[in-house]
Amino acid sequence: MRAIPLSYSLRNLSARRMTTALTAGGMALVVFVFAAVLMLDAGLHQAMVDTGADDNAVIIRRGSETEMQSGVDRAAAAVVASQPEVALGPGGLPLASKETVVLIALFTRDEGKPSNVMVRGIGPYGAELRPQVRLAKGRMFRSGSNEVVAGASIAKKFRGAGLGETLRFGGREWVVSGVLDAGGSGFDSEIWGDADQLLPAFRRPVYSSVLVRLAQPEGFAAMKERLERDPRFTIEAKRERQYYTDQSAGLAKFINILGLTLTVIFSIGAVIGAMITMYAAVASRTGEIGTLRALGFRRRAVMGAFLVESLLIALVAGVVGLVLASGLQWMTVSTMNFQSFAELAFSFRLTPGIVVEVLLFALAMGFVGGFLPAARAARMDIVAALRSA
Amino acid sequence: MILGAVLRHALRNATRHRLRSGLTVLGMVVAILAYGLLQTVVGAWYANANNASDTRLITRNSISLVFPMPLNYRQKIRAVEGLNQVSLANWFGAIYKEPKNFFAQFAVSDDYFAIYPEFIIDEDQMRDYRRDRRGCIVGRKLANTYGFKIGDAVTLKGTIFPGDWTFVVRAIYDGRKESTDETQFFFHWDFLNETVKQRYARRADQVGVFVSSVRDPDDMARVALEIDGQFRNSAAETLSETEKAFQLGFVAMTGAIVTAVELVSYVVIFIIMAVMANTMAMTARERTAEYATLKALGFSPSFVAGLVLAESLTIALIGGAIGIALTYPVAQGFAQAVGTLFPVFRVAPHTVLLQLACALLVGLLAAWLPARRAARVPIVEGLRSVV
Amino acid sequence: MSPSPLPGTPLVHLAGITKSYRRGAQRVAVLSGISFDIAAGEFLALMGPSGSGKSTLLNLIAGIDRPDSGLLAVAGNDLGAMSEADLADWRARHVGFIFQFYNLMPVLTAFENVELPLLLTHLSRRERAEHVAFVLDMVGLGDRMEHRPGELSGGQQQRVAIARALVTDPDLIVADEPTGDLDRESAEDILRLLQHLNRDLGKTIVMVTHDARAAEHAHAVMHLEKGELSARVDNP
Repeated sequence: MRAIPLSYSLRNLSARRMTTALTAGGMALVVFVFAAVLMLDAGLHQAMVDTGADDNAVIIRRGSETEMQSGVDRAAAAVVASQPEVALGPGGLPLASKETVVLIALFTRDEGKPSNVMVRGIGPYGAELRPQVRLAKGRMFRSGSNEVVAGASIAKKFRGAGLGETLRFGGREWVVSGVLDAGGSGFDSEIWGDADQLLPAFRRPVYSSVLVRLAQPEGFAAMKERLERDPRFTIEAKRERQYYTDQSAGLAKFINILGLTLTVIFSIGAVIGAMITMYAAVASRTGEIGTLRALGFRRRAVMGAFLVESLLIALVAGVVGLVLASGLQWMTVSTMNFQSFAELAFSFRLTPGIVVEVLLFALAMGFVGGFLPAARAARMDIVAALRSA
Repeated sequence: MILGAVLRHALRNATRHRLRSGLTVLGMVVAILAYGLLQTVVGAWYANANNASDTRLITRNSISLVFPMPLNYRQKIRAVEGLNQVSLANWFGAIYKEPKNFFAQFAVSDDYFAIYPEFIIDEDQMRDYRRDRRGCIVGRKLANTYGFKIGDAVTLKGTIFPGDWTFVVRAIYDGRKESTDETQFFFHWDFLNETVKQRYARRADQVGVFVSSVRDPDDMARVALEIDGQFRNSAAETLSETEKAFQLGFVAMTGAIVTAVELVSYVVIFIIMAVMANTMAMTARERTAEYATLKALGFSPSFVAGLVLAESLTIALIGGAIGIALTYPVAQGFAQAVGTLFPVFRVAPHTVLLQLACALLVGLLAAWLPARRAARVPIVEGLRSVV
Repeated sequence: MSPSPLPGTPLVHLAGITKSYRRGAQRVAVLSGISFDIAAGEFLALMGPSGSGKSTLLNLIAGIDRPDSGLLAVAGNDLGAMSEADLADWRARHVGFIFQFYNLMPVLTAFENVELPLLLTHLSRRERAEHVAFVLDMVGLGDRMEHRPGELSGGQQQRVAIARALVTDPDLIVADEPTGDLDRESAEDILRLLQHLNRDLGKTIVMVTHDARAAEHAHAVMHLEKGELSARVDNP
């Protein structure tokens, strides 16, 4: 089957530049929204999931969804740290960090709006258990002192949280001795200090959680069973990654549902735009269609040519939408995670997978929009088409 | 006379290409509908704050909402001039069957309901509630969603206060206004405290927030300062603010999301504007010879521009009207699907006005360039054009 | 209907008319120094090969285009000195148009199409209806008033167009290839109708045509060649 050359479709598109631009423009906006939602989802995923490591486990009180609601008393914490599956650090001490978390209100630098920020008291191995967190500026806080370190996005956004500045909470003053870079994970939104200093400051008698490094990742199951069966305590163990994924499940779901609903609705508008354009194209080139068929091109070739036009518009829209969306990567989103009640900062992340998904989506819109008009072009009767020219 | 002719001509022109006009109207309907829904979502987000009262004062631990205050603060607060009632409320935060069945639960003292006159409770039901220490009061909407009836036992799985908690529904409250939240769950603060004393003694006699009603709204600032002054430099310093300020604080924290939703609602308008502009550009171009003829006959360029504009507005307003009409039933369906996540989900009158304004704007802007071109194309050139 | 200008007196006066168009970077001269008069009550045919400028000349006389230089006066009015708005008003009152492809509004009925020029006057609805019915009768389409152009044949559509051209009782009727899209028989009908308008109602008609047989229906024929007028040939 001789196909109508690609240049026919291309030239026709550039002959009707205004129409092509408007149609592609509307579609590009839809592509932009779709890409933004996917990127937001990927960014959130990174912030939460990349926060956890495979060989770490978090122990919290049973039934509490977050560390915020959890309480692990000293006795229980000691038992957890002494589990055989827990890895040993240099000096033979278990690699465990008994931690306490609390929410405090900090005020934004620009407008002074309050927001809840998580303060985490960690044990001596707390930083080591989280190798993905580096010190970007300054130095780590000294144990036993009133020093703290702030995550990069907290230091940037809130008053008193920058390097060398002073925060006031729990009835004491705390000096920020360093800024952390957690690579976009949840720890960028936290402030860390010495747990043993923070416990009395918040008048808390118990820890919130214990974080341990497993000597072998497979050891998790046995430890979990043993701890959860122990009648002295009501605690449960989760792999660190799982714990963080669960925490953001609500927010992720919300973004997904809202984003996808919107995209579907918007895509209807874009598809309608494409249909209008292609119907008009077919109607204005009736004579051409008749001529092409008279010359010997088959119906499928005619249909193909118009479908290709529609797909080309969609492709342009897809690329433009992607380019616009990629600009979002410079922005960070900062909001409250419904479940943990704490401030969470994450960004838009563009992955190769997203690029492919978005382009396919654009082409799908072009296909759906162009299908019926192309079919109409194909079904035209040669003689009638030539006569109406 | 001329206006009538323009409208008649434009209306007939609009129905010339039924497929094209139909598709464009459909696009407008979808866009205006989506816009209305999104604006309603934004409104629902602010609903709690908008309903908040200016005569209710919320006193909480100044460090964080997560920390409680001692019960004995109540007497000291009561001692401050200008207050009517001082009630207790603790956020309970338990799970009903599954985490996704989210609704607000509070353990409150009995005088809480005196401070919330917008909850209408039948006297007999209230008496039964007072008599049963395990009793609970639920909102009408909540009761409808999960089928709670008076006398039903409801079991919640505690998270902040672990364990199973069973209550008996003794009263169902109705909201006084359409915008009142009817999805809340209340039970006795005393019952909570008793149980806590038994199960986790150290956590007893702790209050989440004190909710007080102030006699004179202008007195708010003074009362708030005085209350906080009482507890400065103590174990738990307090922060007192109006209920409205308190609720707005929450909204501010998810501000980014709300802003994003609002922005996106305008993106859809831009999308449909592109579609309409395309339609009008094509349509006007096809009529170039007709417009030129009219100008030859002596009609002014503004007459011709008016024809284009009127046609565009006709399509935009028809689509807009249908979109607005559909917003109500669709919002209804959405509210039901979402259940208790958004306690109040109503289409506000000002949303409808905004929708109308958007439809008008789209109709006007889409026709702008084509109308200008139709008016300006020289007669001779227009007569020559063959589309 | 008002009385026409005295027959024999010049209705249209052209002196030294030039017109050129820009084609890409070049200027192409279409008319170079045209001067002649058209008397009131005359039926003049303009002929010439394609590109000779006959339609351009017609457009100038009708007031829908402006000359580059020269004097153009119709019924004593200097068209070159009038603003666009004034020209529009003038056309509405003094000129009737007949086009090759009829140029009717597809969405309006025959009645409404003919009524169009009257919307620019101050006549009441009833008065307008009377005028429209009158001219439609005159062209023999009294029974087709509610039909849309799509429901009429080519000849009928042109009659509607002629009725539209007549309805304001203009001094001047310009026709650009009025029979160009019609079959032999319909063309004859139209040309005889034009003759009737000219002879019995005193309408001055300027008609552009490339059909010699159509030109025979006029009083005189003028030939245009490369932008210049050749002689005026009176028809027997």
